[in-house]
Amino acid sequence: MFTCSRAGRDFKERCAQCSEVNWGLTDGGRFYCRSCHNVTEKITEVANTDFTSNIRIQTVSKGLRKQGKTDGGCEWYVCEGFQFVLRKQAEALEALGVCPQMKDEVLWNFWRCYLQKTKQAYCDRPAGETVKPLSVCDSSTDVDSDPERLSLLYSSLSESEGDLQTDCSFVSSTSKVSESTSVHSRSGSVDGSLYLMKNPKEKLRMTMPMTLSFCYMALLWVRETMTLSELLRFVFEGHIPYLNVFQHFPEKMKLRGPDIKIFCVESWPSYEEVFNKMHELAAFLDLPRFPDITDSCFLHPDMLCMKYLMEANLPDEMHNWTCRVVKKTCIGEVDFLTLVPGNKSTRKVKYDVLAAAVIVVTTFCVLLISFTCSQPKMCMFYSDGPYFELKKWYKVLKCTLDVEQKKLDERRAKYLWRCEKPLFYSAKKKSKVLKRRQIVVNLQNQFGKLSGSVKPAEKPNPSSFQLSWSEENTDGSCFHGHSLKGILQEKRGLLTAMNPRYWLCTLKLCNEKLCGHLAHYGEADFPQSYHFVLRLFSFLLRIEPSYIHDEVCMIEHKLFNKKLRKKTKYKTGPRK
Amino acid sequence: NKMYCEVIKAPWSSNSGRAVVCNNWLFAVSSVCSSFCESKFNFKKCKELCLSFIQDAMLQKQWKRAAEFLTFYVESLEKDFSREPVGASEIIWRIGSEILRHHPDSSVKEFNTFIEPMKTLSVKRYLKVCLEHAFYLLHNGLIDEAYQNLSLAESWRFGEQTVIQDKELKLIQAYLGLLDYYKWSKQKNILLEHGKYLSVEQEMHSCFRKAAVNLKEIIKIPGVWDQFVKCYVDMLEFYGDHNEARQVLNEYAYNPKFPANPNAHVYLYQFLKRHGESKKSLISVLKILHDIVPSHELMIDFNTMLQKSKKRKRRRLGLEVIFTALDYAGCKENVKAWSCLARQMKQIKHLAWIKQEWNSRKDWWPAFHFSHYLAKKNWQENESLSYEKALVGGCVLSENHQQFGKKVKIVTSLAAFFEMLPKPSGVSG
Repeated sequence: MFTCSRAGRDFKERCAQCSEVNWGLTDGGRFYCRSCHNVTEKITEVANTDFTSNIRIQTVSKGLRKQGKTDGGCEWYVCEGFQFVLRKQAEALEALGVCPQMKDEVLWNFWRCYLQKTKQAYCDRPAGETVKPLSVCDSSTDVDSDPERLSLLYSSLSESEGDLQTDCSFVSSTSKVSESTSVHSRSGSVDGSLYLMKNPKEKLRMTMPMTLSFCYMALLWVRETMTLSELLRFVFEGHIPYLNVFQHFPEKMKLRGPDIKIFCVESWPSYEEVFNKMHELAAFLDLPRFPDITDSCFLHPDMLCMKYLMEANLPDEMHNWTCRVVKKTCIGEVDFLTLVPGNKSTRKVKYDVLAAAVIVVTTFCVLLISFTCSQPKMCMFYSDGPYFELKKWYKVLKCTLDVEQKKLDERRAKYLWRCEKPLFYSAKKKSKVLKRRQIVVNLQNQFGKLSGSVKPAEKPNPSSFQLSWSEENTDGSCFHGHSLKGILQEKRGLLTAMNPRYWLCTLKLCNEKLCGHLAHYGEADFPQSYHFVLRLFSFLLRIEPSYIHDEVCMIEHKLFNKKLRKKTKYKTGPRK
Repeated sequence: NKMYCEVIKAPWSSNSGRAVVCNNWLFAVSSVCSSFCESKFNFKKCKELCLSFIQDAMLQKQWKRAAEFLTFYVESLEKDFSREPVGASEIIWRIGSEILRHHPDSSVKEFNTFIEPMKTLSVKRYLKVCLEHAFYLLHNGLIDEAYQNLSLAESWRFGEQTVIQDKELKLIQAYLGLLDYYKWSKQKNILLEHGKYLSVEQEMHSCFRKAAVNLKEIIKIPGVWDQFVKCYVDMLEFYGDHNEARQVLNEYAYNPKFPANPNAHVYLYQFLKRHGESKKSLISVLKILHDIVPSHELMIDFNTMLQKSKKRKRRRLGLEVIFTALDYAGCKENVKAWSCLARQMKQIKHLAWIKQEWNSRKDWWPAFHFSHYLAKKNWQENESLSYEKALVGGCVLSENHQQFGKKVKIVTSLAAFFEMLPKPSGVSG
């Protein structure tokens, strides 16, 4: 936040950029030039973040900068709240092992850019709109030790204070609701209700799911080893703050009414939502081409396939085949994989789903996995180890999936959505809310005692792999080392698939923009084997099987592009 | 003792679901989708899932597990469910009550602690919860506590809610009446045992007055009030107010607004019998009972009464009554019923009557009553039953109807009777 203490006026040097002497002071304790927004490296000795003692602000905000009357809250803006959320999320990501650069540089730059573009800060006062002085109330931060903290510029304030005074009646000029003119007499965010009234499509209004879009965008920029599905899974598991983050807002930032609608969510974000918003955001921010995704990147299908093959307990040998599919369909190309914001002609790549789909296609196409085709009943051993047997694999994995499903269901049933801080929309409802809260707590205690000695549900440790299979297990449930020789056959010295016939999922792809999907995944149309494999990856990625199906269809079409154009005897229909 | 049974639909759509009956209360649970996609599981879906775990646990009588999941469900209270037909507070009240009734570590104290906030959570349900609480206390033998609770509830006033919850209020008053009767009855026993004591008499009379007011009120409302009627009549009889008692019982039995209730006629019959009423009035009451519940055990008494009558019509009716009673499985092994029939058949001069009655039964009575298997079974288990049945069977099953023309000889040889029975394929007697 930019506070203008007396120190700012005492600083008499000329600005390096514009040669003016017109200094303000950032929260980080650095001087900034009010004319050209140039930030210096010079740090003041006296860093006073207590904005209420700030003279400039006191003269500016005759009404706006009051302390909350009854509950000691301060005034804050919605975007400050989101900034706080983003910070918490970034810290959590760093704790998970993400490089600090993502948080310190990339994410903040994106955020700053966003604020600028949406005219909430860092910009000239937009015509017709009024100034919104910004602050981040976080008295808990030690200014000197956190120089990277993002500071928000005042919109270019005109030199005379007179302008500011008239401008500070922004509420009455922009709002259509007269009641919000009394916003400074009520706690909560200053612009909460205005925020909700804004057309959501206009200028990408910030929402909680969008915070994850920001995170993902930053992760993608630095090419971190975390896919979107992983990011979301960490959110579901509670390693990244999302639900109830607001309860960690500083004491002074109170939530009321519309703020609750903005910050308090009651559902998990969907992959699609976060993904699509991210792309919208990237285009909106006019970002350039993202750093290249090459074949040495984690997000490259070859790499991700390796990971997923391990997790899916499939033989390592399959990796050769997935690489071949990737090569044949050209989805490993740098230009295909790298994100170019705003480019509407290229398909947006879901790296994780893509890799999963490659494995599915490989499994069914190359290996012609058929659960009904005859397989040797005994596990055949050659000198180099056991052969891969599909039925055995199916049994092991089905068992695992069922267990995981049960665990997930219990976790969901036991999930507590309410945070410890009770929320109330208005002061009127406060007593009712508190009374209910007391009843709930009493009930929890009473029935908790009647539950017997039950261990509280443990939060799973953050792990990149959800399923792990060890070759040391004596029960032979690990298939990594198994050989595919039983399924493939030698033909002219090359291992080829036993049966080159393949049944396409669908002859013609739909238009994704029109109906939301490339193809339609209906229960009746496909055999159980296909459903099962999709279900497996649905678990690993925590998305609906239909999205994987879309990618599968896309890859099939790329793979059989030539043959499709020839329109030969390949038919659709139930696959063996 | 529940006077009502409610069917409540769950708040979510019940397009597919199991129905769970829990303490007179039925709710449908839709099977929650099974998916790995977390974004499908918002607050509402998670609570639905939680509820299905609770219900599974309850069905399997795993009370600790049900309690465990309930702790995760209760936060639903903080969410406004006002649009739902059955809100979280009602679900929690009912499920919590059920768990506390059965949980091994639960106690009356626990229940009381639980139920008090449940009363205040919903004004619209206040009296209902009070009533259920009283039932719980009665069930646990805490009559005084129940009485206190009901009295407190009776004095509750809450604007128009009192008017809306009129039914529950009446029920509360009715139960207070019942408990007053109980007190009265205890006093009565003291009186009968130890003779007159003024204080006892006075107290008894005050109980009577309080009880009478409430009981009289509730039985005015069309419904099934067996217990209340019985108690009220008992008190009236004690004080010798037979007219009032008769009027009450008549109303209860004959008022068309009241649902058809065989017990009403039974009570009336018993009262009339006690007071030595004429056969005519007794018969008219029992006739109605015969129409409503032909298989009632009183039909045997009815038949006995009618058999002895001098009037032909009544004797004819008697035959019809006893045959009809034996049409039902309830009387199959009733020795008295069979002996009544046998006796009447011996006495009867009008064979046409027997033919008439037998005509509609000849196709199915043999298999129903006179099968080989049954005959063997009866003989092994109950000789007198076997004997009486044989008498009847001997008459109706004989091929030669000419035999009916003569006085029917008692079939002393059961072997002969067995001969008449339809043989099962292959096996001989």
